[in-house]
Amino acid sequence: MFHLIFPAFIVGGLICVIGQLMMDLTKPSFTPAHVLVSFVTGGAVLGALGVYEPLVKFAGAGATIPLSGFGYSLAKGSIEAVEKRGLIGALSGGVEATAVGIAAAVFFGYLMSVTFNPKG
Amino acid sequence: MPNQTLRKPAISISPEEYKALAQKYTPKPTFTKNILRAFFVGGLICALGQVIINIFSGIGLTPKEASNAGTAAMIFLGSLLTGLGVYDEIGKFGGAGSIIPVTGFANSIVSPAMEFKREGYVQGVGAKLFTVAGPVLVYGIAASIIIGVLAYFLH
Repeated sequence: MFHLIFPAFIVGGLICVIGQLMMDLTKPSFTPAHVLVSFVTGGAVLGALGVYEPLVKFAGAGATIPLSGFGYSLAKGSIEAVEKRGLIGALSGGVEATAVGIAAAVFFGYLMSVTFNPKG
Repeated sequence: MPNQTLRKPAISISPEEYKALAQKYTPKPTFTKNILRAFFVGGLICALGQVIINIFSGIGLTPKEASNAGTAAMIFLGSLLTGLGVYDEIGKFGGAGSIIPVTGFANSIVSPAMEFKREGYVQGVGAKLFTVAGPVLVYGIAASIIIGVLAYFLH
């Protein structure tokens, strides 16, 4: 039950610090949306280079819950599908590997947006 | 009025004195505070994610399934807390610590969609769900395709 919780806290925290530095050291025109896009793309590149995988093994959710983990899963899924099915895998693998997250985000996001109204 | 002379400044102060004075009244840099808050909030969210993944593993899911289910659960929590207006409070405190985890991604989906509900369920909610999620999916999926194609030709 307590497996990986401490490494997840440390690594997850440090990854978020990188995001905070990106926000504080850049111009205000570099919005949170830019930070999230950078994290997904960066995670995909680090995943492809094999750098992100050891971090996932070491820290579990500390590496998969930050959005860089989404990028890592996209890249990993794409590469694995290419190995199994050839070039068509490049189109299917990424979305297949992250289907649960994408579908959950769209569905729960829609559900909550319809149910609740903004405060104030 | 070309002949009007400029009024003498009420206080005389040297540039050095001004600098010191300005520095005194500039708000203390929040840099370190922001970093510590991002670390703790981001770390706690990830630790919570790990607890949920461990619970899913405990009831018999494979590691991959448990990780996927954990991500989905965190997205559910992030959307729910945004709907309830709680996540914005976490965001004010945690900065990037609340933006970078998938809960923050869920927040970036629900927040504008809820805000633009009055523009209807298609052009309002349906479209605004993707204000931030759209670019994230575009760049993420495009990167994964390019990486897959490169992997194909390099192996």
